[in-house]
This record gives sequence, C-alpha cells and structure tokens, in this order.
Amino acid sequence: MKRLLILGAGTAGTMMANHLKPVLGKDEWEITIAEESKVHYYQPGYIFIPFDMYTPEEVCRPTEEFIPEGVNLVNKKIDRILPDDNKVLMEDGSEIHYDILIIATGTHPSPEETHGMLGSQWRKAIFDFYTFDGSVALRDKLRDWPGGKFVVHIAEMPIKCPVAPLEVAFLADSYFAEKGIRDKVEISFVTPMSGAFTRPKAARAFEHILVEKNIKIIPDFAVERVDNEDKKIIDYGGTEVSFDLLVTVPTNKGSAVIERSGFGDDLNYVPTHKGTLQSKVKPNIFVIGDASDLPTSKAGSVAHFEAEILTENIQRYIKGEPLMDDFDGHANCFVETGEGKALLLDFNYNQEPVEGTFPIPGVGPLRLLKESRMNHLGKLAFRWIYWNMLLKGANVPFVSSHMTEEGKKIENKK
Amino acid sequence: MEKTIAGKTVEVNEEGYLTDQSQWTREVAEAIAGEEGIDLTERHWAVISYLQDQHKQGVALSIRKIGKSGVIDIKEFYQLFPNGPLKISTKIAGIPKPASCI
Ligand SMILES: Cc1cc2nc3c(=O)[nH]c(=O)nc-3n(C[C@H](O)[C@H](O)[C@H](O)COP(=O)(O)OP(=O)(O)OC[C@H]3O[C@@H](n4cnc5c(N)ncnc54)[C@H](O)[C@@H]3O)c2cc1C
Repeated sequence: MKRLLILGAGTAGTMMANHLKPVLGKDEWEITIAEESKVHYYQPGYIFIPFDMYTPEEVCRPTEEFIPEGVNLVNKKIDRILPDDNKVLMEDGSEIHYDILIIATGTHPSPEETHGMLGSQWRKAIFDFYTFDGSVALRDKLRDWPGGKFVVHIAEMPIKCPVAPLEVAFLADSYFAEKGIRDKVEISFVTPMSGAFTRPKAARAFEHILVEKNIKIIPDFAVERVDNEDKKIIDYGGTEVSFDLLVTVPTNKGSAVIERSGFGDDLNYVPTHKGTLQSKVKPNIFVIGDASDLPTSKAGSVAHFEAEILTENIQRYIKGEPLMDDFDGHANCFVETGEGKALLLDFNYNQEPVEGTFPIPGVGPLRLLKESRMNHLGKLAFRWIYWNMLLKGANVPFVSSHMTEEGKKIENKK
Repeated sequence: MEKTIAGKTVEVNEEGYLTDQSQWTREVAEAIAGEEGIDLTERHWAVISYLQDQHKQGVALSIRKIGKSGVIDIKEFYQLFPNGPLKISTKIAGIPKPASCI
C-alpha cells in the first residue's frame, strides 16, 4: 500500500482529498490528511462578521464533515517535513511516511512581525480581522464605538485575498452610515502599494469608489512600528498616521512547518513550479493554495482552479507521465463594495482584471469590474457554494480552471 | 514610447521605466534620479547594482528582501530614496517596477 499525505485540511487540502479519493485505486493508495484544527473556518466570512452581517457560527463547520469516507484524518499538529526521508514529523513525536506529499498549510497573519503591533492597544484599539477571533473581537468593539479615526491598514504584501482590506473599508462606510455616525468617522486606507490594487485597471476602479465614499488613501506606506501610547503608525520614511481604531492586516506568513523544514522563502512560502504545482524541493512533493510562492493571488478561488490541475498531475506523476504544465494563475474574486453591491475580478498571471461579462461571455449575469447588486448576491452565494460544492470538489458551473478572454474588454491583446 | 534622457533616446513605458535594459547607462540613471530629486552617492550605487544583480537572477524584489540583503537596511533605503523607495530605486536602476504580489 502506498500513501499520499496531505498537510492541512483547509480549503485546498480538503478539496484535494475529495478530488483524489475517487481517482486513486483504493487497493494501491491510502490517503491521509493532517490538520490541527477541529474547525474548518470559512475565511471569506471574516469580512462580514465585524459588521454583524454574518454570525460567527455561520463561518464554522467541523473539519471532519468535509473529509470523504475512507480518507484518514490525523488531528495533530505537524512539526516538520523530512524530504530526504519521505516522512513528516508530528509535534507529539510520531511520524508519517509518504510516497507523495501535498503541502496545503496555507498562510496566516503574523502581527509579531511589526514592532509594537502586539502592544498595549492590541485588541483594544488595534484589531485584525484575518483571524476568526480577531473578526469577532472587532465586531464587539464596533458595536459601541462612538466614532473617530478609523484606519484600515495593510502591513506588507503579499497577503491572502488582497481585496479584503478594501472590502472592509467599503463595508465600514456603509455600516457607519446606517448607524447614523458616518459624519463622526474619518476612514482612511493605508497601503504599502502605490495604489488601491497592483493591477492598474482595477486600481483605478477602486480608487474611484474610495473617493466616492470619502475614504482617504495613503499609498506607499511601509510600516516600521506602531506607537501604542500616541496611537499612531509610523512608516520607514517617517510618515505618521494617527488612529482611534486601527484595523490592520499584519504581515502574512506561510506555516512555521515550512520554516522548520528549512525550504521556504523569506515568508515561509514553498518554491513551486508555476505551471505544474510540483515543488522545487523534491519531485514527489506538490504544493497547492496559499502555501506556494506562485505569483498570483492567494485566494480560495485560485486553490479551486489549481485543484483540477493538481488532481491530473498527481495521476500523471503516479503513471510516470510528463506533468501538465499549464496552470495560468487564474483568480476570480468578488469584491464587496458596500450598500448591497459588489464587483467581480477575473484575471491570471498575464491578464489584468478588465471590464466585461461573466461567466457567460456577452451575457453575464455578472459584470466584471463594475458594481452591481447581482455581484453582491454572487458573493453571498459563494458561502453556500464553498460548503456544498468547492470543498467537495464539485465543478462550479460555467467557470473553468483556465481564464477565458471571451466576454472581456481587453486592450493591447498580445 | 521614446524619451530623451541625458541626451540619449531610450524606450520607456508609461510610468517612465526603461523597457530595454541595454539602454541603461550611469548617465541615464543620474538623469532619472535627478527627476526624482535625488543626487546619487556611493550608497545609492551600491543599492542600484544590488537591485540589478537580483533582477538578473530573476529574484522578485520586495522591501523585506532588501532589508535582509546585507547591503542596506530598510531605514536607510527610505532615506536614500524617499517616498516609495522600491519603485524609485528600480526606475533608476533601469529594471521593471516590482509587481508587489497581487
Ligand atoms: C478575510 C479573508 C477574506 C477572504 N475572502 C476570500 C474571497 O472572497 N474569495 C476567495 O477566493 N478567497 C478568500 N480568502 C482567501 C481564502 O480563504 C484562502 O485563500 C484559502 O482558504 C486558502 O486555502 P489553503 O488551503 O491554502 O489555506 P487554509 O484554508 O488557510 O488552510 C491551511 C490549513 O493548514 C493547517 N495548518 C497549518 N499549519 C499546520 C500545522 N503545523 N499543523 C497542522 N495543521 C496546520 C491550518 O490549520 C489550516 O486549516 C479570504 C481570506 C481571508 C482571511
């Protein structure tokens, strides 16, 4: 019996277990998945919890509920990978041998990377919403917050779901308006990027919305430290931004497993071939989701597109055939813009987000890069799709793993 | 598009980054730096050659990487190239603007 071992039962690892179970011969292959958390969190829901749009219960389900019959779930903390011995060491000292390894350990906020972030104001006037606890704590804070300087902040790129901070700024605008205190709140958006987003067309679209909502953008801000006493963030160039409530997205880092294993980059991401998803560490190690160093967005939708290609490549690898080398970095993100609207981005390694219709070219019903109520409904439907289709490895109708250029207004086509 | 920098015609993109690195010279670098209000010193040149070297090796550049480079710390990087040091220094070095990940 051979063993395929998956590390991490988050979005990507769970999908892979579901994809691979039916296709790997059950007399030849045993599938094991290791995960420390008993709860599977729907992370996209973290942007809604602070504004009382989702309850905390709505984003939590038992991890094991999504692990298919016949796949062995090991509920333990992973210590490190020993690639030369084809085995993984668990924190309790036990070992798991593998023939093929899939790394799906994701990325997580690391506030300790910024001097002063975890100071006396942490969870008093400084909140992060990239964790379940953080988003609930922010909700409690906002419920009776009287107003003041509300600063949404990104510490460092890359972060997973890079549009989430913008969404929180937009939703905050609606939330305070509904509460009747918008005039008492000054919202600003502080980013290390040169604009609201890195891809120019989308950046322009977002900057337009920011202006419309009277949200001030402070770009090119690389935070050096947080001053807890005077409540301000200070960048390396000396620029200061003061806050009454700082909603920050700390530096995101890959799992400490990768660091302990000794093969990650500066931020613990695993060097990965961008077309095949095979790691550069060893041929029998593959990477999916936020754990890789691929130059595309870290998002659940990306992991979903990757899963199709990785499922194919695992089977080819087993048969000794050449791997499919065509993952294109496809990402597809709904962006909440407040007031019951959202916009939609569809892009890949080479094609920046542009306007158009989706998923059916020329028809829609969703509009790319334009705000609409339909897109918002799409975003809300995403939670249902996530629990009921994505994790279980079902295909999402009309949406293929490769980005399509049809229905998009593309200028200067190469 | 074409632009004349330091008496030399070079190809640049809409943000003013050279699109053909073979057109880069020290004089071009000095002229671009001048447009940014920077007088290049030995320290600047050390950073510029580090950036060019990293680019040649295909390394994706970030502020964090530069802070760990041993060539310069982040504080000094900001002092040398104020207001967005990464985008300004890469422009002067004649290499593409780093796409801080999407
Ligand atoms: C606020 C927010 C909003 C988002 N919005 C969207 C959105 O609208 N659309 C979208 O597509 N994506 C969105 N995302 C991103 C999406 O949630 C992630 O990209 C996706 O979950 C990545 O899946 P993954 O499996 O790579 O990582 P994860 O789902 O994070 O899973 C990694 C798993 O590895 C486990 N693990 C790590 N280390 C260890 C260890 N040492 N031992 C045992 N287990 C370990 C973790 O417990 C975790 O369960 C959002 C994320 C956030 C934070």
